[in-house]
Amino acid sequence: MPDLLIELFSEEIPARMQTRASEDLKKLVTDGLVEAGLTYAGAHALSTPRRLTLAIDGLLAQSPDTKEERKGPKVGAPDKAIEGFLRGAGLTRDQLVERDTPKGAIYFALIEKKGRPAADIIAEVLENTIRNFPWPKSMRWGSGNLKWVRPLHSILCILSDEAGSEIVPLDVDGITSGNSTEGHRFMGTGRFSVTSFDDYEAKLKANKVVLNPQDRADHIWEDAKNAAFAQGLEIVEDMGLLKEVAGLVEWPVVLMGDIADDFIALPPEVLQTSMREHQKFFSVRNPKTDRIEKFVTVANRETADNGVTILAGNQKVLFARLADAKFFWENDLRVAEAGAQPWLDSLENVTFHNKLGTQAARIERIAAIASWLAPIADVDPELARKAALWCKADLSSEMVYEFPELQGLMGKYYATAAGHPVEVGAAALEHYSPLGPNDAVPSEPISVLVSLAEKFDLLAAFWAISEKPTGSKDPFALRRAALGVIRILLENKISGGILPIVYWCVAKIKSERFMEDRKDEFVTLAVNLAKLNKDEVTLAVADALRENVGNGQDLDRPKEIAHEAMVIAENLLSFFHDRLKVYLKDQGIRHDVIDACLAMPKNDDLTLLVNRATALAAFLKTDDGENLLQGFKRANNILAQAEEKDGVEYSYGADVKFAEDDTEKALFAALDTAETALKPAMETEDFAAAMTAMASLRAPIDAFFEAVQINSDNEIIRRNRLNLLSRIRQICLSVADLNKVEG
Amino acid sequence: MGQQDIKPQSFQEIILRLQNYWAEKGCAVLQPYDMEVGAGTFHPATTLRSLGSNPWAAAYVQPSRRPTDGRYGENPNRLQHYYQYQVLIKPSPPNLQDLYLGSLRAIGIDMDLHDIRFVEDDWESPTLGAWGLGWEVWCDGMEVSQFTYFQQVGGYDCKPVSGELTYGLERLAMYILGVDHVMDMPYNAPDALIPLTYGDVFKQTEEEYARWNFDVANTDVLLRHFEEAEEECKTILDQAYDDPKTGKRIVMAHPAYDQCIKASHLFNLLDARGVISVTERQAYIGRVRALSKLCADAFVQTRAGGWTPEGDVA
Repeated sequence: MPDLLIELFSEEIPARMQTRASEDLKKLVTDGLVEAGLTYAGAHALSTPRRLTLAIDGLLAQSPDTKEERKGPKVGAPDKAIEGFLRGAGLTRDQLVERDTPKGAIYFALIEKKGRPAADIIAEVLENTIRNFPWPKSMRWGSGNLKWVRPLHSILCILSDEAGSEIVPLDVDGITSGNSTEGHRFMGTGRFSVTSFDDYEAKLKANKVVLNPQDRADHIWEDAKNAAFAQGLEIVEDMGLLKEVAGLVEWPVVLMGDIADDFIALPPEVLQTSMREHQKFFSVRNPKTDRIEKFVTVANRETADNGVTILAGNQKVLFARLADAKFFWENDLRVAEAGAQPWLDSLENVTFHNKLGTQAARIERIAAIASWLAPIADVDPELARKAALWCKADLSSEMVYEFPELQGLMGKYYATAAGHPVEVGAAALEHYSPLGPNDAVPSEPISVLVSLAEKFDLLAAFWAISEKPTGSKDPFALRRAALGVIRILLENKISGGILPIVYWCVAKIKSERFMEDRKDEFVTLAVNLAKLNKDEVTLAVADALRENVGNGQDLDRPKEIAHEAMVIAENLLSFFHDRLKVYLKDQGIRHDVIDACLAMPKNDDLTLLVNRATALAAFLKTDDGENLLQGFKRANNILAQAEEKDGVEYSYGADVKFAEDDTEKALFAALDTAETALKPAMETEDFAAAMTAMASLRAPIDAFFEAVQINSDNEIIRRNRLNLLSRIRQICLSVADLNKVEG
Repeated sequence: MGQQDIKPQSFQEIILRLQNYWAEKGCAVLQPYDMEVGAGTFHPATTLRSLGSNPWAAAYVQPSRRPTDGRYGENPNRLQHYYQYQVLIKPSPPNLQDLYLGSLRAIGIDMDLHDIRFVEDDWESPTLGAWGLGWEVWCDGMEVSQFTYFQQVGGYDCKPVSGELTYGLERLAMYILGVDHVMDMPYNAPDALIPLTYGDVFKQTEEEYARWNFDVANTDVLLRHFEEAEEECKTILDQAYDDPKTGKRIVMAHPAYDQCIKASHLFNLLDARGVISVTERQAYIGRVRALSKLCADAFVQTRAGGWTPEGDVA
C-alpha cells in the first residue's frame, strides 16, 4: 500500500497559525480521502515557517468497487414514478430487477461503481482543500485569485511504494504539483527532489530545516537550559513563547547574551515583558539573586562567526528598548515618590465613555462603592477608599503607556514608592481579576472590595445608559465583569443580597447625570429615595445626594429617577442571574434546578442561591430525591385538579384523627418530624440538612400513594387527605420551587 | 559587482545604493511627493497607483512628518521629520522576497552573518481605508522594513495585488553604519571635503519644528485649513468628468487627493497640539478616510486607474 506525502510551500506563515493549519490540512485531506473510500493506516502533520507537511501511510492504492442496491417503486407504478427513480439511479429500465416482496413485486436498482485510482482522488481532495482552507486571515497576490495565508509557491505531492514514487498530478491556478522542494532560505542548497517521507525529512535536514516543530522546540529548550545551567542560571519558563519561537525558525540556533548592568535594577516583569513582547527573547534568571541577568535569543541560522554579529545586533536593540524602559521607570518613580498627584489629576482628562464622563469620575464612584461595601469584608472603609483611588493611577504612568500589559503591576510597584500600605498596591494589581474563567479571583479583603466595586460600577454604568451586551456584541466585556462578580462572591463565600448594591450603584450614576442639569432637585430625590425604603441603601443614597446639593422643591423628577434606577437595577440583577445560570451549567447544574431556586426569596444573594441549587441538584441525583420529586408532582397534580373542581384551596386543617390507613398515619408523623427538622435547617440556611429532612419523606409518601385512594366517598376523609397533600406541597415548596424542576 | 562587499560610509550612500538597486530591477525611480505626508504610502504613486489594473513599478524616497514624534533632536532615534524608502510593484512579482533580500545585500548587509526573519505584521491604514498582509522584516532582532501585499485601498479590492516595501531609512542606516544617535550619523562621506552629520543637517530643524508643532502652531488656523481642505476636496470631485472648456474627460483625482493629504497632515498637527480628544480623534480619522475613499472612487474613473472609453472599470 502506498504512502502519500504532501508539502505546501509558501512565504512565511505567521507562527501563531502554523500548528492549527497543519492539523487542518490533516483533517481536511484525510476526511476527503476517507469519504471517497480511501482508507489509510496513519497520518501526521508537521510545519515550519515556510511549509505545511502531511504524511499519510498505508493508503489504499485505489478506492474499492462499490455495489449499492436501491429499492424503487412497485411494478406497475405510474411511468412518472419509475422514470424519476431511473434518473436518480442513472440506469435504464431494462437494467432494473423485479423482486417479490411481502408488499408485492418491486423494482430494484443495482448500482455498481468502479473504484478509482488513489491519485485521482488525492488530486481532487487536495485541490479542494487548498481552495477552501480555513486560514484565520488569507490574501491574494500577484494577478491571481487564489487565496492562501501568504503567497503559495509550490505543491509537493507524491505517492510512493516499494516500486518507487510518482507525482500526483494537480494544478491549482498555475501551481503544478511536483516532487521537489527547497530547504533553508539562506543555508539550503537550492531545490531538490524527494522520493518518500524519510527521504524528504533527511534531505530537509541536510538543507538545514528541522521539519518537526516539537523537535525544534525541544532543541531550543534543551540548548537554552544547558547554556544557562553552565553559568549557574535558569531560563524563565514560557511555553507560549517557546512555541512561537519554534514557529519563527527552521534551523534554531540558541544564543545567550548579557543585559547591561544599568538595567538589572528594573522590575523583573518589566525586563521580561519588554524582552518577550518586542524581541521574543527568553529571560534568564539568577536563582541566587532572583534577578533577570541574561537573555536567550533564537536565531534562524548558523554563521561563520558563531552568531557573534547576530548577538551583538540583538543586544543593541535590547539596549535601546531597555534604555526607554529605564527612562520611564525612573520618571515614574519620581512622580510616585512625590505622591503621584499629576497621575490622579490627569485621569480628569481621560474620557471613560462619552456618556459616562471621565476616568476620574469613575474612580471616585469606585472609591465610594468600595468604602460603602467595606463592612462585608470587615475592613476599614478608609483603607478601601484609598486603595480604590489608587487602583488606576498607573494608567497615567509612562511605563503603562508603553507597555499596557503591565497595568496593575506597575500600580503595585509605584504604590510602594508612594508610601502606600501593601494592601493598596495589592489591590492595584489584583482588582482587574478575574480576567477569564480560569483566572484566579482576588482573596485579600481590600482587593476583593476594589475588584467588586470596579465591576459593579462598570455594569451599573453601562446599564444606566442602556449599553447592554447583545448577541455576540459585548464591547465593554460586561459578561466577563458579571462573571467576575459571581466568582468573587462565591469563591470568597460572601453572602448577602446584591440588589441593594446594584441599586445604589445605578442610583449614583443616574443622579450624577441628573445633577448636571437639575441640581436643585437633589434633596427631594434623596427624600423620595428614602421613602422607597429599600433597606439602608436608600438612606445611603440619600446621604450621598444630600452631600452634593442644597435645597430644592420639585418632587416628581427625583421620584421618577428613583423608580427608573430600581427598574434598571432589577434588570441588571436578572443579567447576573443569566450569567449565573451559564456558570452553574458549566458546573453540571441543570437550568431547571436553578430556576427552581431562583423562584425562592432572597434570590439576589448569589452565594445562598448557589448553596441551595447545589444541595437541590445533589438531592435530585439520589434515589430518594428523584422519587420524592415524583411524589410531590403527584400530590400537586391531584391537589390542583381537586382545587379547580372544588373551587377552593386546600391549605390547612389536615387532622390525624381522620386518618384511616396506617400509611396515612405514618405520613402524618413523618411530616411532623420533617417540619421540625426543616425549620432550623432553613433558618440557618443549611440546605444539605433540609434535603435530608425531605429525603425522610420519600418512603412514607410512596407508601401512602400505594395504599390510599385520595378520592374517598367520604367527603370528610377526602378533604382531610387533600389537606394532607397540601402539607407535602408546602414543605417541598419551602425548600425550592419544585414545580419548575423537570422530570 | 563588488559594491555590496564594501560597507556604505554614509546615510546618502545607502539611499543612493537603494536607488540604483531598484532602478536596476526595473522600477521607475520617482522623486519625493511635494507635500507634507505622514508616510511614504501617502505618495499618490503608492496610494492611487495601487488601484486599478495597470501595471506599475516605482521606487522613491519620501520625507515623512509625524509631529507627535518630535523630541527636539534629543532622542537617539525619534524624529518629527524622517525619510522612508518606498517600493511599490504591481502585480507583486513571485520573487519579491528575493528582490527585497537583494536590496539588503546591496546596502551592505551580509546575509551570511546576519539573521533575517519575516515576522507576521498585518498593515492597516484607517485614514486610507486600506489593509494588507505581510511582515515586519527583522535583522538581528531589529525591524528594518515593512513588507506588505496590499489587499484593499480606499475600500477597493486590489486587483492585481501590489507588493509594497517600506524601509525606515534612518534606523536602517544607523544599524548599518553602527551609529547610536541619529544626529551623529554621517550624512555624506566622513572623508568628504565638507563632511556633514545628520545633526548638521537636521538638529536645528528638529528643534524649530518641535517647538512649533507642540506649542506655537495656531490651532484655529489649522482647524480652519482642515475644514477648507475637506471642502475643496469635495468640491473638486463634485465637478463633471467632462471639462466644459477643452471638451475632454478630465477627472481631477490627483488635485482632490492633494487636499486629502493636506487634511491628513493638518489632523496630525492638531493631534500634536493636543487639542483633539480621544472621542474626536475617531471622528477626524473618519473624515479623512471619507476623503480618501472619494479620491479612490475618482481615480478608478481615470485612465491611470483602469478606466477605458469602452466604459469598463477594471
